[in-house]
Amino acid sequence: MEDERSFSDICGGRLALQRRYYSPSCREFCLSCPRLSLRSLTAVTCAVWLAAYGLFTLCENSMILSAAIFITLLGLLGYLHFVKIDQETLLIIDSLGIQMTSSYASGKESTTFIEMGKVKDVVINEAIYMQKVIYYLCILLEDPVEPHGISQVVPVFQVSTEQLSKVFSPKKICYLSPFSAFLLLLRFSRNVNSSCQDYLRTPDSYF
Amino acid sequence: MVLKAFFPTCCASADSGLLVGRWVPEQSSAVVLAVVHFPFIPLQVKELLAQVHQAGRVELAVLGTWCHRRQGAEESLGHFLEGLGTIFSHEPWLQLCREPGSKLWSCKATRRQVPPRRGAPYEDQVMLVFYDQRKVLLSQLHPPAALPDRQAGDAAPSAGGLAAVFDTVARSEALFRSDRFDDGPVRLSHWQSEGVEASILVELAKRASGPVCVLLTCLLSLVSAASACRLFKLWPLSLVWSKLSVCEQLRHRLEQLTLIFSTQKAENPTQLMRKANVLVSVLLDVALGLALLSWLRGKDRIGPLAEALVPVADHVAEELQHLLQWLMGAPAGLKMNRALDQVLGRFFLYHLHLWISYIHLMSPFIERILWHVGLSACLGLTVALSILSDIIALLTFHIYCFYVYGARLYCLKICGLSSLWRLFRGKKWNVLRQRVDSCSYDLDQLFIGTLLFTILVFLLPTTALYYLVFTLLRLLVVAVQGLMHLLVDLINSLPLYSLGLRLCRPYRLAAGVKFRVLEHEAGRPLRLLMQVPGWDPLGCA
Repeated sequence: MEDERSFSDICGGRLALQRRYYSPSCREFCLSCPRLSLRSLTAVTCAVWLAAYGLFTLCENSMILSAAIFITLLGLLGYLHFVKIDQETLLIIDSLGIQMTSSYASGKESTTFIEMGKVKDVVINEAIYMQKVIYYLCILLEDPVEPHGISQVVPVFQVSTEQLSKVFSPKKICYLSPFSAFLLLLRFSRNVNSSCQDYLRTPDSYF
Repeated sequence: MVLKAFFPTCCASADSGLLVGRWVPEQSSAVVLAVVHFPFIPLQVKELLAQVHQAGRVELAVLGTWCHRRQGAEESLGHFLEGLGTIFSHEPWLQLCREPGSKLWSCKATRRQVPPRRGAPYEDQVMLVFYDQRKVLLSQLHPPAALPDRQAGDAAPSAGGLAAVFDTVARSEALFRSDRFDDGPVRLSHWQSEGVEASILVELAKRASGPVCVLLTCLLSLVSAASACRLFKLWPLSLVWSKLSVCEQLRHRLEQLTLIFSTQKAENPTQLMRKANVLVSVLLDVALGLALLSWLRGKDRIGPLAEALVPVADHVAEELQHLLQWLMGAPAGLKMNRALDQVLGRFFLYHLHLWISYIHLMSPFIERILWHVGLSACLGLTVALSILSDIIALLTFHIYCFYVYGARLYCLKICGLSSLWRLFRGKKWNVLRQRVDSCSYDLDQLFIGTLLFTILVFLLPTTALYYLVFTLLRLLVVAVQGLMHLLVDLINSLPLYSLGLRLCRPYRLAAGVKFRVLEHEAGRPLRLLMQVPGWDPLGCA
């Protein structure tokens, strides 16, 4: 069963949330980020090439132009392969674990799997970013050495956070209640497995 | 909790039979290791499981039945399989069934002894996780073997989560030793049932390695005993050994060889990987050294090299002389103190003159020395590079001496200046309290102190300039030596075996697992595929 909702952030980019319900014990949430815009790509390329042409008129060395072309190509490839995330997916499998996948624009997929035994808690953190407050979802991992300690804080939906936080502004809160309800419902208590089942059995009319 | 059944992908097309594996109650997961086909005698199956239990200390049991209905369905098979549940009792009893010609499976897990709760089903919900047995076995993501201080009869330490699955597969290696060509009492299906994977070279190497290791260990222990002899600990020799980097490298090489040829087997995968890395590094090193040797001998390059060395040293000495003449004049337009300048300049020039004579004295022996250095490349390129670095250190010894003289003078001057500056202000350094205290000086003390202070201040630029110039020269030499040592360290410590594994067998270096949800239909159990991806720094795979 699939469900798709789309949101728009303040800058006008489209964000899409897709939920897939595979079985009572397995759900997947997909968040798609806005694509690379042609306008920004053209602007950056023109800026680099104009600067290179300016240097060329000063130095009369044609190597500068070829170097500028190489830099643009390599920079674009590097950006697409290492920086630009197209889609972030969260797969929750009851009593196995949580899997987070980020797919990059070049097709690369980077996956992290966290076993359910290592998850201590799932929380919503507030952070102050520049002049505004953003909210993001994190998973707290248990420390094997100290039973009451936390070894790592893993944020979920890393890149979409910037856009998600724009979605969370007070003006847009009326569009948000399903989404914030979804986030709040993801809050597990200390006894992870049983409340995971409670959550996963929630009827879909909630949304 | 949902019941997870880990099923090997190789058994998905096997004939009907019994499921054999391990039940982990804490995670409510059943790890299926193999399928036992008809016909079988229940007693022999139980014997086989007991044998594997002894070999790997892993408790195996018959977990359930596997039904693969071919074309021309046999209805009687279903009833027969249900009857098997009474012979091999296991809680919960798994029943996996695959429809012919379709990708859909059906799973049932029944419990008989659970007291009936109101509204609770007798059947558990089942989730199928497919795994590749070969990759899981070879990826070594299971926890290390039991600690040495445990008794042999203790139960194996239990692992949590997915590590339990990997641990189970790794311990049951005895189950995978028979293939379908063996005439055993029981017919199994697992990842090696088409033929046990082995390599002739590896087996031969394993047979030969025993006596070879013993022999080489004896030789190496003799060598290390000889080197630990008391004679080498006498004062001048011990100083020389500690300064030369070639001795350090030889000691390191001896340690590496002792590690490789030790007769003790590696206890866990980390140690095995380390041994393999060291072996590959040593082999590469020796190969590069032999290549260097053949290049040197090839066109008889030692003679021209030796002949070129003395003129180069002369040229360096001449350049230094020019530098000193420049310092003795007005370097960079600075005005130096004439007398001190002349004294220092002449002192260094005399030292340089001694050095040049020493080089000329050594020149007939240089070719012989280079020949022996080339021979030492048999031990490895790192040894040759260390010797080269030592030769550079010896040839630039005069620069080191100049640096030491300049630094000492400068240090003395700074100490004197700081102490007299305190006197000038009427203060003193209290050694007991480690702080600056005020002190009343006599008039004559103040007079002489101020005079000396003025002298030292005006002589400061000269000394500082000499110090600066010789420190920069010394830094240059240290940088060249440092580069060589960096190369030596790189060859010593680069894990080439691991890099090779990454290219050829990436699942051996796995750091985690990846799940994929397979085709799903409502009402059927959820099917997941557990993949063991290789370590992938660039994300290219």
